[in-house]
Amino acid sequence: MNKTVDIHRDDEASKTGMWLFLFTEMLLFGGLFVVYSVYRFRNATAFHLAAHELSVVVGTINTILLLISSATIAMSITAIQKKNKKLALLLLFVTLLLGLLFLINKYFEWGDHIREHIYPGSTILALRGQGDVLFYGLYFFMTGLHALHIIIGMVFIGFIAVLIYRDKIDSGNFVLLENSGLYWHLVDLIWIFLFPLFYLIT
Amino acid sequence: MEPVHKDTHNIIPYRTLLTVLAVLITLTFISVFITQIYLGTLTVAIALLIAAVKSTFVLRIFMHLKFENRFLSSMVIAVILIIAAVIFITLLDYIYR
Repeated sequence: MNKTVDIHRDDEASKTGMWLFLFTEMLLFGGLFVVYSVYRFRNATAFHLAAHELSVVVGTINTILLLISSATIAMSITAIQKKNKKLALLLLFVTLLLGLLFLINKYFEWGDHIREHIYPGSTILALRGQGDVLFYGLYFFMTGLHALHIIIGMVFIGFIAVLIYRDKIDSGNFVLLENSGLYWHLVDLIWIFLFPLFYLIT
Repeated sequence: MEPVHKDTHNIIPYRTLLTVLAVLITLTFISVFITQIYLGTLTVAIALLIAAVKSTFVLRIFMHLKFENRFLSSMVIAVILIIAAVIFITLLDYIYR
């Protein structure tokens, strides 16, 4: 047990590395926000009308689910620091559950659109004009990429939970939990911008 | 022997985290409410401003930037400025083309 403690460990470097990775994620979504602003500028009316078709209620519920899940994973770091393994695991479980609920909402949301023949490449959507095609193209791509990040984050958090369960992560060594938290918060951060841009600004 | 690594870990109280969560949820409702009443072009600015305030809370408290090395937060600011600059310059190009 002591062997692992004596091995050189640099938590600050570990977190810095995670942040560097998050910067590439921010630039990835940043690039998409550039595309969004240009398309919106060029198709203001179509974007305005198309955004009306998204459900503000579902969008708001999903925003709140993600915000709560961000708080629960942040609280699980506090719990592990206070050596409360059970609470830390419970909070991670709640985080995963909220992530799953987010995805379920997304599933029904996308399902409704697809049933109305609104999806990239749909001929019926194409008839509505270039602006609608661009709006929904970006909508599906950006929320889809975001949902993919949710899935990756959930797998990451799942691994961390197993490590906590096996006492590989404890109050003396929890930088991995912190890093998974950082990733999850970034996913939340991206949604904080996706939500007003697609659902609210109509 | 105790391992020598600098302990940069602050324990953030549950209460702080829950307060931040309450603030974030309130801000979400405010932005929904404001954008539902018509404010014209101001809507975009207000919605994005609220989103920026929300992300500041997430970055500083949830992501611990407030308690970390200054170097990390300055890098985060740099990345945000790069994205803002690219959006600004691209839009200038489209508006005055």
